[in-house]
Amino acid sequence: MGKPIEQIKNEALKALDAASDVEGIKALSSHYLGRKGLVTHFLRNISALPLEKRSAVGKKANEIKKELDKAFQAALIQLQTRVYPAGGRIDVSLPGRTATPGSLHPITQINEEICDIFTGLGFDIAEGPEVETDFYNFEALNIPKDHPARDMQDTFYVSDNIVLRTHTSPVQIRTMENQPPPVRVIVPGKVFRRDSDLTHTPMFHQVEGLLVDENVSFGDLKGTLTTFVHQMFDDRTSLRFRPSFFPFTEPSAEVDILCVMCRGKGCRVCSQTGWLEVLGSGMVHPALFEQVEYDPDRYTGFAFGMGVERIAMLKYGIDDIRKFFENDFRFLAQF
Amino acid sequence: MKVSLSWLKEYVPIEMEVQRLADALTMVGLEVSSISDRYDYMDSVFVGKLNQIDHHPNTNKLKICHVDIGHRMVSTVCGAPNLEKDMLAPVALSGTTFPDGLLLENTVVRGITSEGMICSEKELGLGTDQSGVLVLNPQLPVGEKLGKALALSDIVFDIDLTPNRSDCLCILGIAREIAAIQKTKLAYPVIHLPETENHISKFTSVEIEAPDHCPRYAARLLYDVSVAPSPFWLQDRLISVGLRPINNIVDVTNFVLMETGQPLHAFDLDRLAENRIVVRLAKKGEIFTALDQKDRILSSDTLMICDGEKAVAIGGVMGGLNSEIETNTTRVLIESAYFSPLSIRRTSKKLNLATEASYRFERGVDPEGTIKALDRAAQLMIQISDGKLIGGIVDEYPTTIPKKRIVLNTKQTNRLLGTNLNRDKMNNFLRSIEFSVETVDEDNLAVVPPDFRVDIKRPEDAMEEIARLAGYNNIPTTFPLMPTDGRQQNRHLYLRNRIKRLMIGFGFSEVINYSFDDRESCAYLGFGPKDPRRNLVDILNPLTEEQSAMRASLIPGLLRTVQGNISQQVKNLKLFEVGKIFTSVGRESLPNEKEIVAILWTGTRSGPAWHSKETPCDFFDIKGVIEGLFKGLNFKDTVFTHMPDNDCDYTRPGETAQFLNNNELIGMVGMVAPSVLQNFGVNQTVYIAEINLDSLFPLLPETKQSTPIPKYPAVYRDFTIIIDKEVASGKILTCVEDAREKLVESTFLFDVFEGNPIPEDKKSISFRITYRSTSRTLADEEVNQIHQKISGRLLKSFDATLPV
Repeated sequence: MGKPIEQIKNEALKALDAASDVEGIKALSSHYLGRKGLVTHFLRNISALPLEKRSAVGKKANEIKKELDKAFQAALIQLQTRVYPAGGRIDVSLPGRTATPGSLHPITQINEEICDIFTGLGFDIAEGPEVETDFYNFEALNIPKDHPARDMQDTFYVSDNIVLRTHTSPVQIRTMENQPPPVRVIVPGKVFRRDSDLTHTPMFHQVEGLLVDENVSFGDLKGTLTTFVHQMFDDRTSLRFRPSFFPFTEPSAEVDILCVMCRGKGCRVCSQTGWLEVLGSGMVHPALFEQVEYDPDRYTGFAFGMGVERIAMLKYGIDDIRKFFENDFRFLAQF
Repeated sequence: MKVSLSWLKEYVPIEMEVQRLADALTMVGLEVSSISDRYDYMDSVFVGKLNQIDHHPNTNKLKICHVDIGHRMVSTVCGAPNLEKDMLAPVALSGTTFPDGLLLENTVVRGITSEGMICSEKELGLGTDQSGVLVLNPQLPVGEKLGKALALSDIVFDIDLTPNRSDCLCILGIAREIAAIQKTKLAYPVIHLPETENHISKFTSVEIEAPDHCPRYAARLLYDVSVAPSPFWLQDRLISVGLRPINNIVDVTNFVLMETGQPLHAFDLDRLAENRIVVRLAKKGEIFTALDQKDRILSSDTLMICDGEKAVAIGGVMGGLNSEIETNTTRVLIESAYFSPLSIRRTSKKLNLATEASYRFERGVDPEGTIKALDRAAQLMIQISDGKLIGGIVDEYPTTIPKKRIVLNTKQTNRLLGTNLNRDKMNNFLRSIEFSVETVDEDNLAVVPPDFRVDIKRPEDAMEEIARLAGYNNIPTTFPLMPTDGRQQNRHLYLRNRIKRLMIGFGFSEVINYSFDDRESCAYLGFGPKDPRRNLVDILNPLTEEQSAMRASLIPGLLRTVQGNISQQVKNLKLFEVGKIFTSVGRESLPNEKEIVAILWTGTRSGPAWHSKETPCDFFDIKGVIEGLFKGLNFKDTVFTHMPDNDCDYTRPGETAQFLNNNELIGMVGMVAPSVLQNFGVNQTVYIAEINLDSLFPLLPETKQSTPIPKYPAVYRDFTIIIDKEVASGKILTCVEDAREKLVESTFLFDVFEGNPIPEDKKSISFRITYRSTSRTLADEEVNQIHQKISGRLLKSFDATLPV
């Protein structure tokens, strides 16, 4: 019968401890568990034992065979784990094969940021045509023909009655015409004014907002825009509301924010005033309600509008608005 | 609108510090856009001491003065008669801009360089004397800046006025706002006119033939006037607000204009035929020469001021050359009128002529301020031109403009503003800006705005006045009630945003081009003369030719973007744009606006890199992007077919596909034709794709629906057949799918091969069919049977053979 199985096991484990390479372990595995291995040999010879011993010894021997097999496998994996791949170490400093992602245009990014804030506050998003009738762009917004307020925006004309919209405000009228109050929408979109210099491009982007309901107040307008500014910039950015004039709101307010560059100390960006004008706003003029047949005694509302480029320039530190539309890849890739 | 504080102080005491005053004005709606000092130009004018005076070597008339200006000596050539050694006089250095606009530079006078200039009182804008240099008090410190030495300072505010505040287009208007801010009283100028016996009606008359255009016309008459330059104080006032002094009569009209906001005009009575005024509309085609010496052709709605024979002024806009005040004028008719804002605006626009007068009339002047301004002008002219007033006044005012009476409900006011102001508080605010207010009952005030506030028409207008005087920033901040119910997702936005997200994931960068385009772009793109896309939406007043129409395609913008980037050495570009294109359906209708996704790929697909060579992108790269896009959007069953050669206008036939879903064309993809590339100055291969965003909506699944993951293993069978080269590979796969064998799960093409040993007009196609059952593990036998059936169908349908 030769050596007892326990002894074989101990010798095998001892030898495994001493083995230091894959080849050695494989040789050991073959020496003990191979077809002519010691453990295999032992198992084959069990039949020579007396009948009453066979069962107990066989069971024990099989357990040991499994135990050894497991130990050899574990030792092999352990060794391979710690070995360099064929060919030696790879150069991990080489660039990977992954493709570069593209980027959303900075205007799209800011636009989405603005829209996300307002949808989070409960506003829906509406859109409208870029080419508009004089009626929707002006008349219905309380800007009659021959009114000096028309000078506030230099207009591109397609014909006497068709214009490139000068603001997103026509969508206020279109929305109110199509639904009864309450109305809570914001309107992102392209607008056009006949102006071109460092701070003006003939096309730019606006986001307009409109909220009409019972008991909407100027205080609500202040609260809504304050929340917006705090989310868009940060909650250290204070706001000031000052009287202004838009034909479609009364009272009207310009909204200035504390200069994000100098925090109010005065710098080039804020023309030394410490403030930046970022939003126009006001309470919806009753003439608009009359236009869309809302009951002006029952409903009040506020509207506001902002230039997306202006906010993008402030947030990203861009000094020339024309860069947005030159589409220089080296510019776009920064966002 | 420029206002100087010294002028404002004539009417209202100002105790506030300058910056605080400016802020306060801004916060009541009069935005102070800049603050400057009128005497800033004196920063480069110094108190100089004439240490030495030499004769000019080349002329007797000039002297060379060596002047000590403290920090250094300057040599100045000067011809003034009152130069004396050791006297103190003002020296302006080069770079000084004088009040009249002159910029001083160093010059060479008869061979001698003159550094700067010793100035007279007039040159410095400090008086009218120009007989010699200004002799300064010998006590002044030599080298001191003159402004500081003489304590000269006058702050000027530049105020950006909104179009509704025509009442603030004058010094008194702004003084009124300051008085309200400070809660002090405004002192209007006191007017005393001497009584005379003669009556104006004996000398002149006014007849209004067009009362709609001219509701009111008033006049006064002066005689024995001597026309001369104005006294310094008057010239100085005009200069302080940017006006040019002309003569005492004209200057008074301008002074009163700036003071009260009422434009006036002075006529030489003796140059008016029949010494009378007729206010009528122009005859169509009438030609008139205004004060600017330009001839203008008038239309029949232009309001003209005429005498007994001819037109003498364009009403409310500009006087005529034929009746202007001249040095020999002795009798002056002063006009003070109220013209219709609409009429003046139309005329000003039509004639492209905007003046201080037209600017105010079109915004609305005070209809009741006519007489006050007239009297003020008469008073000043008597004072400074020795003129004598003829008694009485002409005041043609056929229909009185009614006063507006507004009932202001205090509860509604508080509701709109979100305030809690009581009735008395509102009353006080309104009274502080000269509104007359009466209490109707507990909750209502009867408000009559002053006549100069032509912008106050509705209760909301009065509410704004209360709000701005209370201070917008003192109104409590609150939040509107917002619904908590779920809102419907905007599918349009969802689709657009999803596409943009997918595209950047594919490595494409978004660009935004102008919605305008060059009219020539249609030709550049090769649109045929009858192509409907040539129905451009033209812009009547474009800024440039390149922006003269709304774009009919996104491709020109993208190709120009490519060209611009290549010129900056960026040659590998993967770009996309989502935007609208426009087609006219007639000048008087809104055009068709269609939203398009345009994709562009030029340069390399990959590399050069350490692991691969540089490979240029090709058709299948960009097609793959579209397929990936549709996969990302969960669209199924998009079919790509050849674009008919005749339909390829800016892409190359044979390398252009259109793609359809449910037989509806949704887009195209292809290689940009070399001729088109040349038109846009691009010298490398470019692939583009266009997708009609609107046509994708029906394809967007309403909801996402999961299907069970297969429980049983698939069986794969590869298959190669040889078919005619011209047969589209896609048709083979479609044929397999069309067989509608239940157990066929999917097909996948993995190889196309042409060339030896395949015959010349043939190609071999290899694809894999995946078979699977949802209810059991498939047996080889079963699969072989179906596979046989499918291959038989393919061989028959395409006249195909199996490889040998």
